[in-house]
Amino acid sequence: MPEKTSIGGAGLIGILILAVVLIAVPHLVSFSQQELLVLLTINVLVVVSYRLQTLTGEWSLAHVVMMGAGAYGSALFAKSFGFPVPLAMIAGAITAGVIATVLSFPLFRMKGFYFLIGSFAAGEILRLIWKRFTDPFGGPKGIQRIPGFPEIDLGFIHIDFYDPANYYYLVLVVVLVSLWVLYRVEKSRIGLTFHAIHWQDKLSESVGVDAFRYRMLAFVIASFFAGLAGALYAHYLSTVNPNQFDVNTMVYVLIWTIVGGTSRWYGPILGVVALTIVDEVILRSIGVDQVRPLLYGLILILAILFLPNGLESLVIKARDALRNRGGANLPNGQAVARK
Amino acid sequence: MPDFLLQTVFNASYAASYMALIAVGLVLIFGVMGVINFAHGELYMAGAYAIVFFYVWSGLPFFVAVALGLVFVGCLGILMELTLFRPLRTNPLGGLIASIGFLLILQTLAVLGFGLRNQNVPPVSQGRITVGGAFLTYERLYVIIATIGLLTALYFFLRKSKFGWALRACAQDREAAALQGISINQTARYAMFIGAALAGVAGAMTAPLVAPSPYMGHSVIVTAFIIIIVGGIGSLEGAVVAAVLYAFVHTFVTTFYDGVIANIVGLLLMLAVLVVKPQGLFGVRERA
Repeated sequence: MPEKTSIGGAGLIGILILAVVLIAVPHLVSFSQQELLVLLTINVLVVVSYRLQTLTGEWSLAHVVMMGAGAYGSALFAKSFGFPVPLAMIAGAITAGVIATVLSFPLFRMKGFYFLIGSFAAGEILRLIWKRFTDPFGGPKGIQRIPGFPEIDLGFIHIDFYDPANYYYLVLVVVLVSLWVLYRVEKSRIGLTFHAIHWQDKLSESVGVDAFRYRMLAFVIASFFAGLAGALYAHYLSTVNPNQFDVNTMVYVLIWTIVGGTSRWYGPILGVVALTIVDEVILRSIGVDQVRPLLYGLILILAILFLPNGLESLVIKARDALRNRGGANLPNGQAVARK
Repeated sequence: MPDFLLQTVFNASYAASYMALIAVGLVLIFGVMGVINFAHGELYMAGAYAIVFFYVWSGLPFFVAVALGLVFVGCLGILMELTLFRPLRTNPLGGLIASIGFLLILQTLAVLGFGLRNQNVPPVSQGRITVGGAFLTYERLYVIIATIGLLTALYFFLRKSKFGWALRACAQDREAAALQGISINQTARYAMFIGAALAGVAGAMTAPLVAPSPYMGHSVIVTAFIIIIVGGIGSLEGAVVAAVLYAFVHTFVTTFYDGVIANIVGLLLMLAVLVVKPQGLFGVRERA
């Protein structure tokens, strides 16, 4: 599926507008919304890395626990071993990757629904271990007073990362770099092999592709970035506990990803941004807190009934319409959606 | 010590019974419709609240309330099939998301109608059977008897009746069944009614023992998934065997260690089964 990577004039303007919006947005919203913005940006990394994992056709339910592994890892490296926080974050992400590597061996014996539930079980075991063993994981209360990101003081510039707006910029940079890496991985030979395994695993094995190794690779890369997201999360909230990474959170990640759509890299981003705005901004401002879950459920059902290929299908249709307006009736090869 | 063991066996039999009802319903829905019903725990919750409404508030006899609960939750199942799963029949992940949406709606309705707090359901019977030092209350015994009765009835329904044949045909191969003149829509409606009603009965029968709350479905659905995986998805017999196995292991480990360790052991058991037999104990190879 080679896509055009060159950016036209319209695309460039779009990117500029997006950049301005991303930089300006923390100054346009209230303090509590700034906090939300930090979490939303972290969640963008969670869903995009999740999509990479699903490219091979297997849907894991351990992704949020991998995020937790990064959060716990980073918190422990910083608090118990005295690592500097930036280093601890990377070490936490690597921890998540290593755990994913180990888990791959039992998990990728399974396929489909069995993998889905098998990965859930593996993740839940890890989570229950955090919950059960007070030393070093802190038990149900988790780890508290995790050191924050060190402030930068260059004399003339002083950046304090306890301020959500500043932490937002830090997260934004980390997330954008991660998204770029994930995008490059998908467009590389490795990413194409992921797609091949998804659609034709027997055929790709017959030409010498080791499907297990590639599934493991996708799982490990996705877990690394989920772990990084978790580390960003831990040093922002300064506390982690097992309940933050339970199946409820995983269900939300699944919802964001599927409602957004998975055939394009930006699909899950649309999902997480749109649903977070709907839930936290629009539904909250209506002031009907008690029926909020009901309305959210209704929106989910309507979204999946009327946009079965996700929000991204709107973008794809709009783009095709724009292209066809120019007169060149391109073959509609872009509209092939992943099931 | 033997009394203590016997008591644990009683407790495990009770847990195995209602979990088997829930898991068999889930397997039936997955088998016929190919959809993972995430809202199954909330159907169980709806059954428990049916008891709160019909038995506690309206004062009907307990078993009449259970029967009404069965019909009510079964109808909820049909509603799900008509509004969600039928339009999404070719989209299993969509069905999963839609069932999560339905779960949120049911939970909110329970909160709005009955409040957040746990409901107190007065005991149905004070009686108990005593064997040595161990005892089994009648309430728990009713659950065990109801499970055995319903599952036996389901077994004969699936083996002997025409609809049972149709259901099993759909579970094996939907297109081929349709070519034989079996109505997929009608069969799916029956499967949803039966699957949901079984969860509803489980909720209704256990309501006096668990004090219903709007979020009670949550822990049940996780256990139910473990059970249907260990048994092999699509295998009703497997679900029953796995429910018994899981309930015994879980109850014994809880008794001798603690609940969290029991959960870990249960999950490890499931992973072990999957590593040795990736299709579950009674599963056949997965359909593409």
